[in-house]
Amino acid sequence: MQHIISLLMENESGALSRVAGLFSARGYNIESLTVAPTEDPTLSRMTIVTSGSKEIIEQIKKQLNKLIDVVKLVDITANGEHIERELMLIKVQANTGDKREEVKRQADIFHGQILDVTDTTYIIELTGEGSKLDAFIKAMDATDILETVRSGATGIMRGESSLRV
Amino acid sequence: MELSGDDIVTQFLKDEGVEYVFGYPGGAVLHIYDALFRQDAVKHILVRHEQGATHAADGYARSTGKPGVVLVTSGPGATNAVTGIATAYLDSIPLVVLTGQVTSAFIGSDAFQEVDSVGITRPCVKHNFLVKDVKDLAITLKKAFYVATTGRPGPVVVDIPKDITDPNIKIPYKYPESIKLRSYNPVVEVKTTQIDKAVDALLSAKRPMIYSGGGSVLSNASAELRTFTRQLGYPITQTLMGLGAFPEPDPLNVGMLGMHGTFEANMAMHECDVLFAVGARFDDRVTGDLEKFCPNAKIIHVDIDPSSVSKNVHVDIPVIGDVKQVLSALSNAITASKRLPDTQALKNWWSQIKDWASKDCLRYDRNSALIKPQFVVEKLYEVTGGEAFVTSDVGQHQMFAAQFYKFNEPRRWINSGGLGTMGFGLPAAIGTQLGNPDATVACITGEASIQMCLQELSTAFQYSTPIKVVNLNNRYMGMVRQWQEFFYDSRYSNSYVDALPDFMKLAEAYGHVGMRIEKPEDVEGALKEAFAMKDRLVFMDFITDQKENVYPMIAAGKGHHEMHERELA
Repeated sequence: MQHIISLLMENESGALSRVAGLFSARGYNIESLTVAPTEDPTLSRMTIVTSGSKEIIEQIKKQLNKLIDVVKLVDITANGEHIERELMLIKVQANTGDKREEVKRQADIFHGQILDVTDTTYIIELTGEGSKLDAFIKAMDATDILETVRSGATGIMRGESSLRV
Repeated sequence: MELSGDDIVTQFLKDEGVEYVFGYPGGAVLHIYDALFRQDAVKHILVRHEQGATHAADGYARSTGKPGVVLVTSGPGATNAVTGIATAYLDSIPLVVLTGQVTSAFIGSDAFQEVDSVGITRPCVKHNFLVKDVKDLAITLKKAFYVATTGRPGPVVVDIPKDITDPNIKIPYKYPESIKLRSYNPVVEVKTTQIDKAVDALLSAKRPMIYSGGGSVLSNASAELRTFTRQLGYPITQTLMGLGAFPEPDPLNVGMLGMHGTFEANMAMHECDVLFAVGARFDDRVTGDLEKFCPNAKIIHVDIDPSSVSKNVHVDIPVIGDVKQVLSALSNAITASKRLPDTQALKNWWSQIKDWASKDCLRYDRNSALIKPQFVVEKLYEVTGGEAFVTSDVGQHQMFAAQFYKFNEPRRWINSGGLGTMGFGLPAAIGTQLGNPDATVACITGEASIQMCLQELSTAFQYSTPIKVVNLNNRYMGMVRQWQEFFYDSRYSNSYVDALPDFMKLAEAYGHVGMRIEKPEDVEGALKEAFAMKDRLVFMDFITDQKENVYPMIAAGKGHHEMHERELA
């Protein structure tokens, strides 16, 4: 099953490679990984989307916690209600009137924003859960997609429960 | 006090109470070597190869319980140290390894003797640091010692660019007495609910088994382990890394378990109904086939590292905490419960274990005209009164040493269990002897392993470490040969050590005493003669039976109840 693990770590050089190295050395899956500093510049927040059996996920969490740079960690999938978001920028071919109409219509349905327009292309920005972005890609004609960029998932727990030091 | 970076390193080591630094100079650490020259509080041991430095520091750490300290230069100095760092990592040994690095401004330019030491060592250290500012030097060193020695111990690398130790840049220095890291909190409070659950399971057992590992040694929990085990009267087996925490000659001890463990230990593991694992990590050499491991047992696991719990084997009752504290809490809780073990069940269980033990699984041909390696270890045990520190290399001789030298105390048996590093024994013996100057130190090795760090005979001469090298010379890489005999139809591919040196002359060339022993009747006399030479390294080359195998043996993929046994006429 897919899990979103969020963690706070010391914002130091090499911290990212320790996490990435751990996953490759122990043969764990990484579906996506995002990292950026938090409001406290000494801390980075990392979101890892991974998958595996209950036992594997348990080991992943223990091994991550064991890294000296990791301050705190939460499995937001296992921790009740949460919000998951991913950003996608997608460039599609829009070189005929019909296509321009159709792409615009799809973007509206998915609450996407068109960021860039040329005679032949559109760039659409879309945020949502990974499955929504997948659905949008599926709704496009594959041959019209010129480029997709996805940020990888980030997530946050609903309500009072927070991941903080 | 105002100090430059090079003096901060030596002053810090002095303030930290470091006695020895094992190292080898080179360009990137020359400022530090100059600072070493200016002081005499910290003694530097010059090895002949950086691998030897890490193993010597490791032997020092294992035998004394204090962290081992290593100083090597950048590039090849650091890469040569990697095998020793990984050796310490797999056995959770506290080392602090200082590696020189090229000047900060040159990092990333493929400079002379530049290598990404932090990157290369990352997967085999508990943690590592790159010092970017001389102002961070002392605090980083403090962090390194703190991380290496607390919690589950392990090696820590501190990479120090040359400009950080520039003798011309002085800054205020004060020894950091204590340190706190918000991301690392090694002190765990033992949960009483888990203690209660463990006590209940232990006292409800009909066929209990205690399985103790290296964690019992690392946590200095020998006294607590003895009290706990004797209080219950339960059988105990120890792993290769745990030997001696509980005295091996004690009747409650059923011997080592695992691939070359005793028949009774492995059968008791297979048949037990409650397994109490303490400071052990369910290594594959211990468990055999996981599907067949302790099929009927409820498993209690005491460990300081949560990631060890349920990593390989599902654990029913985890108890996270320092082994010493947990064992003491358990003993108290057992007493407080006013409950006693099931005496009748325990009597039946012991009678079953005695029955297995009557097989005498370690038997070997005592009438052989050739020297049997087991016989040499048995005689070594007698001649040293069972009180020696014994280091070993890796292979058959290591297993014979583990099976036949009955350790009474922890920290006496020094071997590379996890990584299985040939070449470990001799430099580890040097570190052990330096840390225990009045002790008897023996290195049990083989003609293949000893040649992997042979150059350290020179270090041993320089520092007058009177180690007794017991070379079990069978002219084969014995364990490789054994596997080839069993699993490759006796095709001895490259396991024969052709063109061996004359070890006697070789030892003499290094300034030591060399002996060659070829007949069983000469073994005891030679050992007595060698150990009587208190101030000399004596290299005893025992010419042993070429075809001797280590038994019992659990082949890879087999269960504890599926051992190969020795057949004797």
